[in-house]
Amino acid sequence: MMEVLDPQTREAATAEAVLAVTGLDVDIRTPTGTVRVVGNVSFTAYQGQTLALLGESGCGKSMTAKAIAGLLDPVASVAGGTVRLEGRDLNAMTPRQRREVAGPGLGIVFQDALTALNPVYTVGSQLGEAFRIHRGMNKKQARAQAIELMRRVGIPEPEVRVSAYPHQFSGGMRQRILIAMAVALGPRLLIADEPTTALDVTVQAQIMALLRRLREEEDMAVVLITHDLAVVAEEADDVCIMYAGNVVESGPVATVFSSPTHPYTKGLLESVPTHARRGDDLSSIPGSPPELKSIPSGCVYQDRCPMAAAICRQERPELRPTGANQFSACHFSESLRAGATATPAADSVASPETPSTLQEETR
Amino acid sequence: MSTNETQAPRQNVLEVQELSKSFTVSAGGGSRQLKALDGISLSVGKGETLGLVGESGCGKSTLARTLMMLETPDDGTVRFDGQDPFALKGKELLAWRRRVQMVFQDPFASLNARMSAGQIISEPFATHKDLYRGSAARSKRLNVLLDLVGLRSTDAYKTPQEFSGGQRQRIGIARALALDPDLLILDEPVSALDLSVQAQVLNLLNELQQQLGVSYIFISHDLSVVRHVTDRVAVMYLGRIIETGVTEDVFDRPLHPYTAALMSASPKLDPAMRPAKRIVLAGELPSPLDPPSGCRFRTRCWKAEDICASRRPDAAGPAADGSISLGMPAIGPAERAHMAECHFPISSPAEAGLVPAG
Repeated sequence: MMEVLDPQTREAATAEAVLAVTGLDVDIRTPTGTVRVVGNVSFTAYQGQTLALLGESGCGKSMTAKAIAGLLDPVASVAGGTVRLEGRDLNAMTPRQRREVAGPGLGIVFQDALTALNPVYTVGSQLGEAFRIHRGMNKKQARAQAIELMRRVGIPEPEVRVSAYPHQFSGGMRQRILIAMAVALGPRLLIADEPTTALDVTVQAQIMALLRRLREEEDMAVVLITHDLAVVAEEADDVCIMYAGNVVESGPVATVFSSPTHPYTKGLLESVPTHARRGDDLSSIPGSPPELKSIPSGCVYQDRCPMAAAICRQERPELRPTGANQFSACHFSESLRAGATATPAADSVASPETPSTLQEETR
Repeated sequence: MSTNETQAPRQNVLEVQELSKSFTVSAGGGSRQLKALDGISLSVGKGETLGLVGESGCGKSTLARTLMMLETPDDGTVRFDGQDPFALKGKELLAWRRRVQMVFQDPFASLNARMSAGQIISEPFATHKDLYRGSAARSKRLNVLLDLVGLRSTDAYKTPQEFSGGQRQRIGIARALALDPDLLILDEPVSALDLSVQAQVLNLLNELQQQLGVSYIFISHDLSVVRHVTDRVAVMYLGRIIETGVTEDVFDRPLHPYTAALMSASPKLDPAMRPAKRIVLAGELPSPLDPPSGCRFRTRCWKAEDICASRRPDAAGPAADGSISLGMPAIGPAERAHMAECHFPISSPAEAGLVPAG
């Protein structure tokens, strides 16, 4: 008999929970009324591990990250729930306390490195800012720290480049600078919001390798926000799949991707062109995600779901355990689990002895 | 290679030979030449999809713009159905323009927000007046187009804001098809779309090609999409095609180290498909203002030797009879050959790091 653990207490023995988000709600005020863009989102990120928030545009994944970091736009506000960084609730703090705790403790990397950097200051002064504010260093000391940081993230000739402006760097180098800035004060949690989406594939591989290395060096928890299933499959330990502001499935990546227990997860995995041959139709999810102002009551996915029944229109399913540390918000997750065989064999992660038959099939 | 022989030779819609294009840019007080295209040769058969792969700055977009006649090439020839479009004038030129159309990446920026979907799709009729004369013929054609791309006839009255991203891209495709073109240039047509919607649009493009026999040039950085939708693929690096061939050949047995690195670097959903050892290239694309001597990839290549700096490699690849053929042919039966410009081509999938772990 398998004991199903609560996500909050899971692996407490092996890895320390750095970030615990519980029942997070975020509202946006619009001229036509308040819209809930993040509803009842809970997850835990552990030290030395990567948790992926996966979802399509508008699903609330970036809004969740901004709420955690306290960077919401003025029209948006946290309407409920707790965000605990190493046990301390950030939402209950005064802005000043929050800066003292989250400033050094939480780093964030944004997607668009050019707009995230200030064009009129040198990268050295922007990198040194954290040391001047939080460590009380003078300009010279901060500059030395900035050079050291640039070296750590692999920027060539840091002594010269420290005086350059953001536009003088390539996209990949700018992203390295943002990452350097985020890890400057040795944070316990790094949030990376689509860190490689704007980059070419060879540079993307470099940036992901850098994030992996820093995660190990600092023993940080990483929350990786992405829409790319393949990136999640390669980089993350756990995944939270979001749809229309809600978490629809969560659990260890290998489990969720090999035996999804939510029809949305299943549909996403089948939409990826992997083994399909030229000319074959890809399986796709009909329709498109709902507008946030008209999210249906009941299940958020009902309009596109092939399994939708009467109960899905009436009652919103709660996240319930569907396997070892796996959770799904679906009324029919049991039947999905029973029939789950269609997707890639992620269990081969554990067994290096997998025969290379797939390579043969594609010929 | 069996794939080369089993295919019946098809008529080429487009043949490009040694196409070059430079731009003059001002740099540090003086002006310098930026060679965006440096001797590009390629062909596209009727009803065929040619994939164009490469990182930003490699010249993909300049090539697309030149084929659309938005840029004038410095050198080289373009033959469209045997005709040189750059020699055409007046009415002939107008008639030619109808035959090559483009679908853009961003379905939000490429549609006029003040026009209805019907007006957007019908706008080409205003330029090409002879094709569909009279409002009855035009509205009939509009309905055919809406139906082709899976929109309802009532959708014609809506403005772009009322559509989702995927539906907007359908409008963009309908507009491109309005004049019944022979070649569509698809510039990252699905990269702005969500995954679940992306598959819908890829399926639509596939159906349209089978139904209409239109040829595609499919520009994309997403290798899994390229593999799925293209017949042949050309890999570009700093203004040159460094490898070309039938899609399966290029993906399964890449010859050029850059192609191998691209394949290796792209994340894989299926752990069984992941390479035993990932090739992570050092550095980034060099400035096209100052491209490396000899082989342009040598500054990032792990196989580079002295000769790579001194001499530009010729194209080489395994020929059907097992011998090594030289030259990068764009035209004739050899155009389906698998060729790469490299002094030290990759010899096996294992060397390319493409053999899965285990």
